[in-house]
Amino acid sequence: MDRLIELLPKLFTSVGETFYIVGIAMLVGGLLGLLLGLGLYVTRQGSILENRWVSGVLNFVVNTFRPIPFIIFIAAVQPLARLVVGTGIGNNALIFALALAATFAISRIVEQNLLTVQPGVIEAARSVGAGPFTIIGTILLPEALGPLILGYTFIFVAVTDMSAVAGLIGGGGLGNFAIQYGYRLFNPTVTWAAVIIIIVLIQLVQLLGNWLARRVLRR
Amino acid sequence: MPIIQITDVTKTFPPRSKGEAAAPALDGVSLDVQKGDVFGIIGYSGAGKSTLVRLINALEKPSSGSVVVDGVEVSTLPESRLKRVRLGIGMVFQQFNLFNARTVWGNIEYPLRVAGIPKSEHQARISELLHFVGLVDQAHAYPDQLSGGQKQRVGIARALATSPAILLADEATSALDPETTREVLALLKRVNEEFGTTIVVITHEMEVIRSIANKVAVMEKGRIVESGDVFDIFSAPQAEATKRFVSTIVTSVPDPDALSALRKRHPGRIVTFSFADGSTSQSSVFLTLGEAAVGFELVYGGINEVQARTFGHLTLALTGDGAAIDAALERIAAVATVTEVA
Repeated sequence: MDRLIELLPKLFTSVGETFYIVGIAMLVGGLLGLLLGLGLYVTRQGSILENRWVSGVLNFVVNTFRPIPFIIFIAAVQPLARLVVGTGIGNNALIFALALAATFAISRIVEQNLLTVQPGVIEAARSVGAGPFTIIGTILLPEALGPLILGYTFIFVAVTDMSAVAGLIGGGGLGNFAIQYGYRLFNPTVTWAAVIIIIVLIQLVQLLGNWLARRVLRR
Repeated sequence: MPIIQITDVTKTFPPRSKGEAAAPALDGVSLDVQKGDVFGIIGYSGAGKSTLVRLINALEKPSSGSVVVDGVEVSTLPESRLKRVRLGIGMVFQQFNLFNARTVWGNIEYPLRVAGIPKSEHQARISELLHFVGLVDQAHAYPDQLSGGQKQRVGIARALATSPAILLADEATSALDPETTREVLALLKRVNEEFGTTIVVITHEMEVIRSIANKVAVMEKGRIVESGDVFDIFSAPQAEATKRFVSTIVTSVPDPDALSALRKRHPGRIVTFSFADGSTSQSSVFLTLGEAAVGFELVYGGINEVQARTFGHLTLALTGDGAAIDAALERIAAVATVTEVA
């Protein structure tokens, strides 16, 4: 317990780092994943911008990168991280890898949720003269907003989970804190302090997601 | 010049699985709809009528043939120029297809936004439409709070928002109960009468045709097997498919079961006389039979009304001398359609 009190400032820093890492990764990955997911959806056969080739390429890319376990992915994309964010180690390299992994995961979530929008509703929009991009902005996204919020909440939890392996490339955050000061120094109290904070954080985000989705779905 | 002119259109969808032959959804269809018509297209599911109606607002493109709407060939128009065409054509759907994330108001406003009509004009137009369809109180309700009939009235208001010259109704009443169906049909009729909107109605129910259409085309397996004035089709259907549809609501002609029951009771000749539009007085038929000393008994029949015009079928069991009956029938054939049914 004394050890934990000693480590409190480090714990607070770690909480801050987790917010920073997960926050930026979700922001970037969320946006890119939305675009990629829309791309997957609209180019499908029978969809509003049907295109077999683009659809094939997008599916190939997503299917190639999504199944790679994150702990391997993070090492594998190091050269790319150096190119894009200028470094292969530390929090920024971690954020890069997380954002990229989240992009692929989110793209599938977005595609799946857009598929729940009834084709007839899209046909109704087409019948009044709305073009593909108008339909995306004014029909598809608003109609699928409730499930999309739940999908993003799900990915947020997954990204927080993935961020725990940060130590591998010298990143910080709560997961790294638990491993470095709890597990490696044989101090379960410290490990559990980090675990509890992660649990509380995830519960709060899930509650917020559920509440928002319920408001949007009006039920 | 017809407002909608479909000429020799075929439409073939790619086969669902490899090796399967591609069956044509439309096979040489031609159709003219005049301005102000309520044009009914009737057929069983899979007859191609939904595909046909989607050619008009170019939601589907034909494999060959031409579709001219208001003087514009729409089948070859690029997507970018279709917006203008579609603003002039409203569409109502079987499953309503309302935007669930928008209120009734938002649903009706959507076409106005797409059309780029200034926001200041929305209020007046939407409230006018809400009054027209009788949904003023539900303006701020969401679709999932409405009944089926209310949803379809929103669908109609949305389709009319940009004051289109043409309204397409794709099985608009098929998901509704009989009472609500009547209300929605009455509303469509008002649209036609008050705004002069040309309406194309797709249905598999003859009752829909009878209550609002003035022209009808019967479809079967991607072809139009018969078309014409609703009254003519109802009073004298020619094609087999047409006869089947007409028999669903004109029950004054005995079906084979009824006929064999009649046969048992009446061993003599059984003949059906068909009258259209009061052009023949029934009394002259009976008079002729009487003069020829032919005994007759009315065994089946009825008088129907379509578009405020009447037609009827009377089935009589005749008794008497064979030659006298033949002579009498010959005279009657000049004033009514005579069918020897058994």
